[in-house]
Amino acid sequence: MRKTTTALAFALIATSVSAETIEQRIAPCLACHGEKGQSETENTPSLGAQHAPYSLIQLFMFREKLRVFEPMNEMTKALTDDDLRLFSDFIAKMPKPEPPGENGDPARMQRGEALVRQHRCDSCHNGDLSGKENVPRIANQREDYLAKTLAEYKDNSRHGYDASMADVMAPISPEQIADLAHYIARMR
Amino acid sequence: MTNYTLVPRSLLLSGAFLTAFTLSATAQQSADPPAAAQPPAPAPAAGAPPPAGTAASPSLPPGSPLIGRPAGNDAAAKLAPIAPPPIPAAPDKLPTAKLKVPAGFNIEVYAAGMANARSLALGDKGTVFVGSRLVDKVYAIVNKDGKREVKVLASGLYRPNGVAFKDGTLYIAELSRISKIEKVEDNLDNPPKPTVIFDALPKDEAHGWKFIAIGPDNKLYAPVGQPGNNVLNDDEHGLLRRMNLDGSGAEVIARGLRHTVGFDWHPETKQLYFTDNGRDWMSEDVPEDELNRITKVGEHFGAPFCLQGNIVDPEFGWGKSCSEYTAPVGLLGPHSAALGMRFYTGNMFPKAYKNAAIIARHGSWNRSNKVGGDVVIAKLNKDGTMKSLEPFLTGFLEDNKYIGRPVDVLQMKDGSLLVSDDYNGAVYRITYGKPKTAGKS
Repeated sequence: MRKTTTALAFALIATSVSAETIEQRIAPCLACHGEKGQSETENTPSLGAQHAPYSLIQLFMFREKLRVFEPMNEMTKALTDDDLRLFSDFIAKMPKPEPPGENGDPARMQRGEALVRQHRCDSCHNGDLSGKENVPRIANQREDYLAKTLAEYKDNSRHGYDASMADVMAPISPEQIADLAHYIARMR
Repeated sequence: MTNYTLVPRSLLLSGAFLTAFTLSATAQQSADPPAAAQPPAPAPAAGAPPPAGTAASPSLPPGSPLIGRPAGNDAAAKLAPIAPPPIPAAPDKLPTAKLKVPAGFNIEVYAAGMANARSLALGDKGTVFVGSRLVDKVYAIVNKDGKREVKVLASGLYRPNGVAFKDGTLYIAELSRISKIEKVEDNLDNPPKPTVIFDALPKDEAHGWKFIAIGPDNKLYAPVGQPGNNVLNDDEHGLLRRMNLDGSGAEVIARGLRHTVGFDWHPETKQLYFTDNGRDWMSEDVPEDELNRITKVGEHFGAPFCLQGNIVDPEFGWGKSCSEYTAPVGLLGPHSAALGMRFYTGNMFPKAYKNAAIIARHGSWNRSNKVGGDVVIAKLNKDGTMKSLEPFLTGFLEDNKYIGRPVDVLQMKDGSLLVSDDYNGAVYRITYGKPKTAGKS
């Protein structure tokens, strides 16, 4: 089953011989990541309006297995440098994710916002956490993905490109990670 | 690894692919992107465990480069470390034509296509070894019958910034361990895995990557930076250590270093000179990066108490005086990120360059108007202090943006000079005199 999956993924993503459009090539990605920039899949990030330099770095790291997550390592392994650029540029033009309809828990929202200020997330990610260049947009990212990613940065199981997040996360507790993710996912 | 997460995951993916695949056949005729079915939610994917031998969670105070940034200042808020593009520039896209060297000098591309090319080391048989920081590789630029070829010598390493060569053996410094490959130039096509010689090192990411070199005393020198922008560090940080080439007999020889990423021994006095990067966020113009000289074992170079030899740190300097510490022999510009440095001993360049320190300045990020992003020449006075600092290789800075960033310099046997550029993943070669055909060296 797994082999079939991989073969099909390559047939779709890695083949440019058949002159498929970028929309066709990226469709399997968006099946999980969300067609309109907003992911409905557990633990899978929304990609909408993500900055191209950041996405390019992540796709490169997946291809080189510097960031380890097997499905993504498989999906990217046959992509050329130009493919990586093409996908990153396309992702950047998709609409940004929206906050969920319901408001967050007021106490947690307040704690999360205070943590963002205290740990200077805005220094690199911008005041509205929209990110810039190689620093990702995190505002309204999925809560579960945010929590998982922050925890992985904290225990250094996800190596950042330049490792700054491991240091930022060192003093932040698991409870605080939960509040941060709750707030960042819902901020308006 | 992580197979336990893959069962539900691959089922989900295969479902999505099958849907999309079937649709894409029809999409050849239709311009509409295929409407993929809403996939069911998979089981939560656990984080992938780190590859063996990589850093664990740091236990020291946070090392964020942003600690110390003034709050509520728009100009300061614009500044953050600059990440290079992950993909090395194609040889024809390198900024070589925009680079400037003094009259009589020439610059050419020596080798390209090495993502994040950082520190350089030269083998006895002419192989150039290239470390990296943001990828997992050490490269070898092999010179064979006038043709150069880039090989990946080792991969799967963790921040292998440092490389040094001695008597047939290549030494590699990762974030928290030093290893070696013996008879490396005889095994370039099928090199053995590096064997660890020293790993009693902290695992902090901030200033954890290492430059290494082997001294005239036949010992390997390896630093440990401060684990953050400006921190009161413990005894395992902010130091320079030397050890025998098998990792034994390690001793700390200097303290009060913030982060040195380049050093070399003066050709005549044999004293060790090193660059050191000054702290961020104190101001646009101070402190400057330092050129330091070790005259005896046990000196303290000031960090984090005294900066650039004459400023007590606003936070940690209370009750301290700069007279307690060894002052730098020269200042190398505010936030300029002075990294690799080597003394020039070759015969190709004019006599004025003999025994001058050639210093690669990676270039500032913590400054509104960027400084550095060049290679400079530090000439010394008779007493070993710095007499002058002159530009040598410039042109990497365009409209306050980098189009390349020099990391290390390396003198070749013929007296030409190599310069690495981690922004473009390339190594350039600077020669003096009539340009020779590329490929000869």
